[in-house]
Amino acid sequence: MLKLSEVHQIFEQGTINEKHVLKGIDLDVEQGDFITIIGGNGAGKSTMLNAIAGNFVITSGKIEIDNTDVTRMPVYKRAKHIGRVFQDPRMGTATDMTIEENLAIAYRRGKPRTLKWGITNKERDYFREVLSQLDLGLENRLKDKTRFLSGGQRQALTLLMASFHHPKILLLDEHTAALDPKTAAKVLELTVKIVGENKLTAMMVTHNMRDALRVGNRLIMMNKGNCILNINAEEKKGLDVPDLLNMFEKASGEKMENDRMLLD
Amino acid sequence: MSLFINAGAQGLLWAVMAIGVYITYRILDIADLTAEGCFTLGAAVTCRLITGGVSPLVSTVAALGAGLVAGLVTGVLHTKFKIPALLAGILTMTALWSVNLRVMGKSNIPLLKKGTLLTMLSDMGLEKDVAAIVAGLILTVLVIAFLWWFFNTETGYVIRATGDNKNMISAQGVDTNKTIIIGVMLGNGLIALSASLVAQYNSFADISMGIGTIVIGLASVIIGEVVFGKRNILHSLIAVALGSVLYRIIIAIVLKLGLRADDMKLISAVMLVIALCFPGVRDMVTKNLKNSVKRGGSQNA
Ligand SMILES: Nc1ncnc2c1ncn2[C@@H]1O[C@H](COP(=O)(O)OP(=O)(O)OP(=O)(O)O)[C@@H](O)[C@H]1O
Ligand SMILES: [Mg+2]
Repeated sequence: MLKLSEVHQIFEQGTINEKHVLKGIDLDVEQGDFITIIGGNGAGKSTMLNAIAGNFVITSGKIEIDNTDVTRMPVYKRAKHIGRVFQDPRMGTATDMTIEENLAIAYRRGKPRTLKWGITNKERDYFREVLSQLDLGLENRLKDKTRFLSGGQRQALTLLMASFHHPKILLLDEHTAALDPKTAAKVLELTVKIVGENKLTAMMVTHNMRDALRVGNRLIMMNKGNCILNINAEEKKGLDVPDLLNMFEKASGEKMENDRMLLD
Repeated sequence: MSLFINAGAQGLLWAVMAIGVYITYRILDIADLTAEGCFTLGAAVTCRLITGGVSPLVSTVAALGAGLVAGLVTGVLHTKFKIPALLAGILTMTALWSVNLRVMGKSNIPLLKKGTLLTMLSDMGLEKDVAAIVAGLILTVLVIAFLWWFFNTETGYVIRATGDNKNMISAQGVDTNKTIIIGVMLGNGLIALSASLVAQYNSFADISMGIGTIVIGLASVIIGEVVFGKRNILHSLIAVALGSVLYRIIIAIVLKLGLRADDMKLISAVMLVIALCFPGVRDMVTKNLKNSVKRGGSQNA
């Protein structure tokens, strides 16, 4: 489904600021996997997701989606297969456009953008229906600009936009990190629901160890540009947070350092 | 009273230029200096063609076409060659100076007694400024109606989203190079179109008539938005057109107070400075400038 082979990313190569951020990542993601990713500050988690999405061309290595080599494909072409929700709630929507306009843009992802009307009444009805399932009261605010939404509402909206048309891969980068605990829990619950109902393949970076264990079928630990642990569904079931910390220390030879990490 | 009619005429003729600036500056979030050269280009093309015996209507459409091409150059420099938008615009503007001289063959083309779109109206019995108001109004309404439709199409949606959030729109599968190019072309096409009408009103094209275009455009956009608001795209377009008229009225009043026509550019700049002294206004303007100086890429770390 998604395959990373020997992926290296070196930023600003050849300068004094050179940074070797991904150091030969190998990863095989199967159809239907829901992988949670944890790791310390600067481990390269976001960089790995950016590499998969195509924000930059990796320094070396290969990325394949469904056996197609996408290593050099730009973001907008890969977007046909990839849905994304970012850590910063402002990143996922056009803030000066309305909720329905944002949804309509996402709803027509992968189709050529023509001179047809940007939204139809039928779409509007459909959006109202899916929004009402979010239970955030957004179904009555189709014509509000998204700048007026709360962080949680925006993330829920972005999640909806990312999962229209069942992308092959859903990339979630700490998408609940900027939210208060209650909203974060709600958005996570929604994530699990959407991924489950649509049988999506997903990768989710989180700093919440408990979420990382509770959600998904696989877990990856990253440290300094390497995947140091790759835990499969069987192994994952019996683990608790202290186990996870122990495993991290054993594999990396140091303590987990992440100033946002939640241990309970 | 005639002072206001004159200001209204100029405001409406220049309104389409202000709308062009609004498209690059507000919708695309790019400070595009192509405007300065592009305005002269529109006037130059129109006057050269009209003096060559081409019909005023065709000459006007040709100006629009020339503006689209100028925008295409800046758009390609910015997106394909990754040159910061501000610099890309300066490059095109500079190159256009020579292009404009080539088009005109000299630094000033008077239209003398040649027929123009405006004389066609005055031949019907309208006074010069009234004819300008009628022509400006028709053009402005047509342009606003067109843009209202265009920015509500699929393509219009993704162009608006490009200026709003590049990150989001490329994640939604849109090639932002394409949308930026279309937007910059559209903006400059309208600037040249407006210049064409202005030249027909003034009965001449001059090599330096584009100087100050961007300041006048920005002043109109900001005055329009501050005074009339910006609830949605249609509302904004109308506000910018009215802003252009208001700008001319302010200028007319200042001139009436004893300043000379030569002081126009100084007055324009000072007006913009005064507008920028309002904190909210300053924030929205400097944010845009910063974005234009930065390179196009969007990264998520
Ligand atoms: N575009 C870039 N240019 C230069 N360096 C970068 C770039 N993007 C990321 N880095 C560097 O790569 C390293 C890894 O960053 P990354 O954001 O992938 O870490 P992370 O695992 O997501 O950390 P966090 O938990 O803090 O989000 C950091 O040192 C960062 O400064
Ligand atoms: Mg990160």
